[in-house]
Amino acid sequence: MTRYIPRFSVTERVLHWVNALGFLFVAATGLILYLPSLSVLVERRPLIKDMHFWGGIGWISSLALVVLFGDKRGLLRAARELERFDHDRLNVGQKVNAILMAAFTILFFISGMLLWLGERDTRYRFASTVVLHDGVMFAALTLFVGHLYLAVLHPATRHSLRGMTRGSVREDWARVHYPRWVDSQRG
Amino acid sequence: MREEPEPRRYGRGLFLLTVAGGISSLAWGKAAWSHVSGVISPIAATIAPILPTQGWRIYTVSDSMPTFDPATYRLRVGGLVQKPVSLTYEHLLALPRAEQVTTFHCVTGWTVQNVHWAGVRLNDVFDLVRPLPEAGALQFVSNENPYIDYLTMQQSLLPEVMLAYEMDGKPLPREHGAPLRLIIPEMYGYKNVKWLGGINLVPQAEQGYWEQLGYDQNAWVGRSNGYSS
Repeated sequence: MTRYIPRFSVTERVLHWVNALGFLFVAATGLILYLPSLSVLVERRPLIKDMHFWGGIGWISSLALVVLFGDKRGLLRAARELERFDHDRLNVGQKVNAILMAAFTILFFISGMLLWLGERDTRYRFASTVVLHDGVMFAALTLFVGHLYLAVLHPATRHSLRGMTRGSVREDWARVHYPRWVDSQRG
Repeated sequence: MREEPEPRRYGRGLFLLTVAGGISSLAWGKAAWSHVSGVISPIAATIAPILPTQGWRIYTVSDSMPTFDPATYRLRVGGLVQKPVSLTYEHLLALPRAEQVTTFHCVTGWTVQNVHWAGVRLNDVFDLVRPLPEAGALQFVSNENPYIDYLTMQQSLLPEVMLAYEMDGKPLPREHGAPLRLIIPEMYGYKNVKWLGGINLVPQAEQGYWEQLGYDQNAWVGRSNGYSS
């Protein structure tokens, strides 16, 4: 009989999917604003611009709400896991990905707010704001594509998606990929 | 029993370093990018045709971009002139042709270098309409309602000011203002009115679309809108 072991809590999964949906929404609307071919195809720039801005606000606010009303202790434990660059419940690549995406989210927010404010007040206008916003976009999309490939397509790793949807993963799979963590679960 | 060494704690450092690096790039990002893009420009030139943006962003203020029909298009030039005219697209193409390669600067911080424009100088349009002595400025009216902007007569006669109908060897694309846009490389893009449908000569320059929202009327690149170079 296949045995499953719990890997991600409800709060962790909700946080992940809220983050994913928020990121995809601002990425989609942002690319429409950024790529001329999409701008021409979709048009309605004022609407897309509002959707991008308020989508970004909604993204950050939703993450804050999950942290506020979710399992804060569990999230704190997960944050401590990310501190250590070892191969436990998560491998080093997953930790680096999570840390960079968290940092990028903050940079998206700061540079996005500066672009929005800069349209209204020259005190907030910096020549490099758009370079930062675009640079973070390229970096985040690169990470996202890699993450998507490993989570959905790569045969050896795609089972991990089950952990993020249903919370648990096959023990035999986890033993191959996260042996230390499986041992610690038997504690 | 041998104890395993405590794993290194790099997470917070990586997070803070990334955020701090990003925020500090507000001070050095554009200069650094200029250096990097200078180094990679030969590569970029090779792959430019397949790049999705080629450096341009398309900004509009209304929900849809005006469409261009050569049969019905007219550029109406009037106001303080002796002889108002309504120019067809063919008529515009028949005016003395000027060409230039200039850099396009957007006030939000992006720049496109070496854009090849072709079109007509305003002097040649003035020869047709003969401005009255009291004309001190030009109102450029876009077919993208309600976009307008102004240049003084003096600014409109700067050597690289042009009504462009060609960009990089092709008719001006719709998203860049087809069939005609104003080009003034010395000023930020919002003064370079797209989808030009009319020019009115007026006593003095007033506030254009973005200027009513707080942007500078004289949008000199590097010395307006909070920038100083």
